[in-house]
Amino acid sequence: MEFFRIHKDIPFMKHALVFNVISLVTFVLAVFFLATKGLHFSVEFTGGTLMEVSYAEPPALEKIREAMAKEGYQDAQVQNFGSARDVLIRLPNREGMETGKVSDKVLASLRSLDGPKAELRRVEFVGPQVGKELASDGAMALLLVIGGIVLYLAMRFEWRFAVSAIIANLHDVIIILGFFALFQWEFSLPVLAATLAVLGYSVNESVVVFDRVRETFRRKRGLTTPQVLDHAITSTISRTIITHGSTQIMVLSMLLFGGETLYYFSLALTIGICFGIYSSVLVASPLVMWLGVSREQFMQVKKEKEEAVV
Amino acid sequence: MNRYPLWKNLLIGLVLLWGLIYTLPNFYGEVPAVQVSSGKATLKLDSSAVMKRVEESLGKAGLQHDGLFADLTSVRARFHDTDTQLKAKDAIEKAFNPDPADPSYVVALNLLSASPQWLTSIHALPMYLGLDLRGGVHFLLQVDMKGAVTKRLDATAGDLRSLLRDKNVRHAGISRDGQSVVVKFREVEAQSRARAVIMAANNDLQLTEGQDGADFKLTATLSPLAQKSIQESALKQNITTLHNRINELGVAEPVIQQQGLDRIVVQLPGVQDVAKAKDILGRTATLEIRMVDDTPGALEAAVGGALPAGTEIYNDRDGRPILVKKQVVLTGDRLTDAQPGFDGQNHEPAVHLTLDSAGARIFKDVTRENINKRMAILLIEKGKGEVVTAPVIRSEIGGGRVQISGKMTSEEATDTALLLRAGSLAAPMEIIEERTIGPSLGAENISKGFHSTLWGFVAIAIFMCAYYVLFGFVSVVALASNLLLLIALLSLLQATLTLPGIAAIALTLGMAIDANVLINERIREELRNGATPQAAIHAGYDRAFDTILDSNVTTLIAGIALLVFGSGPVRGFAVVHCLGILTSMFSAILVSRGLVNLIYGKKRKLDKLAIGQVWKPGL
Repeated sequence: MEFFRIHKDIPFMKHALVFNVISLVTFVLAVFFLATKGLHFSVEFTGGTLMEVSYAEPPALEKIREAMAKEGYQDAQVQNFGSARDVLIRLPNREGMETGKVSDKVLASLRSLDGPKAELRRVEFVGPQVGKELASDGAMALLLVIGGIVLYLAMRFEWRFAVSAIIANLHDVIIILGFFALFQWEFSLPVLAATLAVLGYSVNESVVVFDRVRETFRRKRGLTTPQVLDHAITSTISRTIITHGSTQIMVLSMLLFGGETLYYFSLALTIGICFGIYSSVLVASPLVMWLGVSREQFMQVKKEKEEAVV
Repeated sequence: MNRYPLWKNLLIGLVLLWGLIYTLPNFYGEVPAVQVSSGKATLKLDSSAVMKRVEESLGKAGLQHDGLFADLTSVRARFHDTDTQLKAKDAIEKAFNPDPADPSYVVALNLLSASPQWLTSIHALPMYLGLDLRGGVHFLLQVDMKGAVTKRLDATAGDLRSLLRDKNVRHAGISRDGQSVVVKFREVEAQSRARAVIMAANNDLQLTEGQDGADFKLTATLSPLAQKSIQESALKQNITTLHNRINELGVAEPVIQQQGLDRIVVQLPGVQDVAKAKDILGRTATLEIRMVDDTPGALEAAVGGALPAGTEIYNDRDGRPILVKKQVVLTGDRLTDAQPGFDGQNHEPAVHLTLDSAGARIFKDVTRENINKRMAILLIEKGKGEVVTAPVIRSEIGGGRVQISGKMTSEEATDTALLLRAGSLAAPMEIIEERTIGPSLGAENISKGFHSTLWGFVAIAIFMCAYYVLFGFVSVVALASNLLLLIALLSLLQATLTLPGIAAIALTLGMAIDANVLINERIREELRNGATPQAAIHAGYDRAFDTILDSNVTTLIAGIALLVFGSGPVRGFAVVHCLGILTSMFSAILVSRGLVNLIYGKKRKLDKLAIGQVWKPGL
């Protein structure tokens, strides 16, 4: 089997502008949704109490809502979770209330209701101070990833590569966030982890292409920069698709079998992988070209090395 | 050129064998067990004696165990089924804790790995499952450090008072004012003498001189070093206290750890009665002994709103107000033990307290000077105080043995004693994060995580074998060995495996195949460009290496960032992710190359590689 039978290098760079405009539009849309709709943060970030209870038979949500209102939680969110028998209750933090006792009180009032008895599956309570820290830790982690990757790529290749790779991949991150804002999917800690993992992963993609670019510059003379880039992309495209396909198979498996907890995690990965292919190949490479990469930059590096040996 | 030297093949083989051995315990599952550990800090577990007693008590009850194990802190007995386990727990509990009000041992239900003894003896244990996989409660507690410092300053005010009295320095009042203690003087000489006396006696304090109207004053604040050490010891004491309290709960493997400078993580696997756990943990009771102000008319005036200087008003258990001096005679730190019991004379329920030597000395002095006055014992919970009892001091009490009695049921006596015995907290704490996972959800999470990894792996394996034929098979073997090594490493390190951790295993496998795809594509490309099969293998592995290294380093950077800044579920993900990247480097490059070398390395004449169809342009 051989999926990719490519006769000639595909002239990707001819359409560079188109690719970038497409990605710019998606990016602007993502920023727009983030700004207007905002992210639907999970309880880990906002603070509050989240309870998952399970019943032997489907309970009446209206009754549960009434019970919550009686406890003083008019703004409690009560919804089904996974199946009609599982109920998810979200309660915001309230100042002056004994925060640690909320879940006990709620459970007691649920058990006092008529009908099927509630079985507690999961409680998550996060105090107000923790949420803020998580948000700032998340931002710090993102900065560290960006800084680390830029530094590594600048050392290994050239600053032009580092800058274009990080721009291309950061815009993936924004697009993932944009999706989460648009559909109001829950943005939780595992989703944050997935987003950052995807950032590290799709930078790979740029690395593979850049590796080829460097090699082609050194080996083949007489090619223009766009031709070198076209050649590099064309000769790695088969690997790109197959690798991402394999990773996506795994992610798909998590999406299907992983249950609610892993659902948004794998969803973030899916978006990240799809846009990762696109941006790290078709956005990063034109950026490198526009930043003015050329053969000399690599030849010089080689000479310096030789002198160092002598 | 495609042959590995013998040592390299041996090395790969040995590493894989090691991986297999350390992965094995995960397949055996778990059996019910009963665990006996010490319930008191002072009681050291003598494992051989305890084992004998366990054996005896089980024999008496006619129960059969499947093996006894001992380590430094506990003795564990395995049982065939949960029914026997429950009966055995009762039998052992009875034998070890004849007085349930004062348990010396913690007898808890537990699960033990069913893996054979030889595996356990080389420290090959199953992976340590996080709470989201096994069920249980997780708490994050915030220690109020400011509270610890004010508490110390209150004590310092008392110390200064007795110090100045001993040295005959006359002052016009000592009081705590926020984060400092202010001493007032009428004369400037007294101020300078006091300064010298205090400096000589106490080097934790920083003194500044000042003037307040006609009075001279010294403001004492704690030095930053002293503050730091107070905070450290407060955290330590709180952790010890939590240990004691949790021992009363009977949890098999509680985790109580410091997190950051002022937080404590408590994890109680298997605990389902969250309300009780929270009740015991959340009690931030501190004990204080103070004198009662019984000046005639003072109480009435205080209730009316005119609080006499240096006093506070508290209610006793029946809701009656009592006027108490602000000055603290003793705090719970001085308490070494508290037991419920009965009064020797009237057989009323009572609590017997034992004080440490410093506490005993202070108590003796105070009782001598205050005979026929009342002394209040205050229990302060979350900033609200309650007078537990306010007995009249009949005589000087020496030797540090104190009895509190009066108006108590025996249950109340037991409760009060438990609270006091579990130790007072050096600083108040608040639950700022709680996570409870029911046992059924835990089991579900395991099976969900397992199935997603399994089916993802199977799908990748089928695709790789179809697309790259023999080389695809080699890649799958490499991927499987990656999984093996990763699980072995996680088992060996006993890193906590959580559901995000399982997701990281799956994701790492999905990403690790990248290295093999790179190699296989490169070999095909070399073949396409006309290289001989042997040269193609060599060049393929050689050239792909740089790329694999680069891409793994960038992924690792992201992993490390998550590890450094992540907490909770993110950290669980990051640990597995980072380890997985490292094992994938080994398996994707060395294991797959070793295998390819074994298959093709010895063939001198090789026309074709089983790597699937290699399409050449123009043919």
